[in-house]
Amino acid sequence: MLTDYIPLIFMVVFGFGIGVVFLLAAEALGARRRTKEKASTYESGMPPVRTARERFSVKFYMVAVLFILFDIEIVFMYPWAVQFKELGSTAFVAMILFIVLLLAGYIYVIRKGALRWD
Amino acid sequence: MSELVWILIEALIKAVVILTMILLAAATLVYFERRISAFIQNRYGPNRVGPFGLLQPFADVFKLFLKEDLVPKVADKRFHRLAPIISLGVTLAVYSVIPLSNYVNIDTGDTVRKVYFGIAPNVNIGFLFVLAMTSVGVYGITLAGWSSNNKYSLLGGLRSSAQMISYELSMGLSVIGVLLVSNYFTTSQNGNWTNTLSLNTIVMNQSGWKWNILLQPLGFIIFLVSAFAETNRAPFDLPEAEPELVGGFNTEYSGMKFGMFFLAEYGNMATSAALITLLFLGGWQLPFPSHWLGLAEGSVWLALAQFASFLLKIILLAIFFIWVRWSIPRFRYDQLMNLGWKIMLPLSLLNIVLTGIILLII
Repeated sequence: MLTDYIPLIFMVVFGFGIGVVFLLAAEALGARRRTKEKASTYESGMPPVRTARERFSVKFYMVAVLFILFDIEIVFMYPWAVQFKELGSTAFVAMILFIVLLLAGYIYVIRKGALRWD
Repeated sequence: MSELVWILIEALIKAVVILTMILLAAATLVYFERRISAFIQNRYGPNRVGPFGLLQPFADVFKLFLKEDLVPKVADKRFHRLAPIISLGVTLAVYSVIPLSNYVNIDTGDTVRKVYFGIAPNVNIGFLFVLAMTSVGVYGITLAGWSSNNKYSLLGGLRSSAQMISYELSMGLSVIGVLLVSNYFTTSQNGNWTNTLSLNTIVMNQSGWKWNILLQPLGFIIFLVSAFAETNRAPFDLPEAEPELVGGFNTEYSGMKFGMFFLAEYGNMATSAALITLLFLGGWQLPFPSHWLGLAEGSVWLALAQFASFLLKIILLAIFFIWVRWSIPRFRYDQLMNLGWKIMLPLSLLNIVLTGIILLII
């Protein structure tokens, strides 16, 4: 029923609303005594060296791309799991085939060393 | 009055009550954490503000509100402000699909309404909403780390987001086992509820000691470990590994902006405990047949008893979370990623296949 979603919308709006209120209150209520040192980046007491916008390890990109691949496949399994009894063994065999294909890709990724962190 | 007006009034009251409860719960968890860690380390912990120091978290929040709000000059101001809103908002929004007890019959004069304690526990997207919201939560942390323009924050944010998305896979897969079992035990009563992803249905299907911890022991362990990693808690607290990263993604946050991340973290801990309870420990089901209490279904007292049972399970789990944090050392990052991708992921696939085969045979 679509009316079930009305309270959900309320809660999402209220939740993010509380976030906005807290943020504005924090900015309005806090003391304000700006100095040059306070406005600089924290680097354990040393004057900051260069900026943080530099290149970082490509492995983080690999994890992100692989996550998207696998997550879509997981979402694909949800409808099957909800209707498992109705769909019966044919759908189960199909799902096993799907998992085997998934595993083939997974083994390729592992063998390629995409997830090696050392 | 018309149906829509009732729905709106109900939604408003429930949203206010439940939001207050979550914020109180997060504050109480902070208190619990400080007292239990003190107990484990043979200290006293906060015990001066109010009876047993119970008012300490509220004093802390007031202090944080009055602290100076520092934003580094090189930071990206818009995203720096947006990040804590996303983190806290997502944490609060997840609670809208969590059922806190069974329904209560409320007589409105002309009709008897079934009122559920929980914002929208019967929405049939249920767990998908939780997954979607936790995925959005990753943005809060990534943006916080990136927008601060600080090396510690960037590294903390990257580590945190990579860790959260890695363990979200095994978390999502372990729930499929629960859905399979839940589907197997679905019994439609007068065609009232068929199997959906709704968390209330999953709890209903666990009635009479069919708790999923007994039917899905492997799934339970996978979900539990993933929950620890998702909430960035020890032994998976690498994003804020103090000796190497200062404070992780929230290094450049001060005052209540830091407080919002802090509240979100403890709110997430309560969410994880609630989800483990709902999916594996029978949710609001009482640990004995409900007719022992001699109360009719739909009475207020039965709903309160169920809520108490739910709360007790959550508190025990939260204490377990804290106990683990103060007992176990931290993982190394490569160990963490290997555990997530090379052990948890294949194990959760195995769990699905095994569950499917067993359910087809019996």
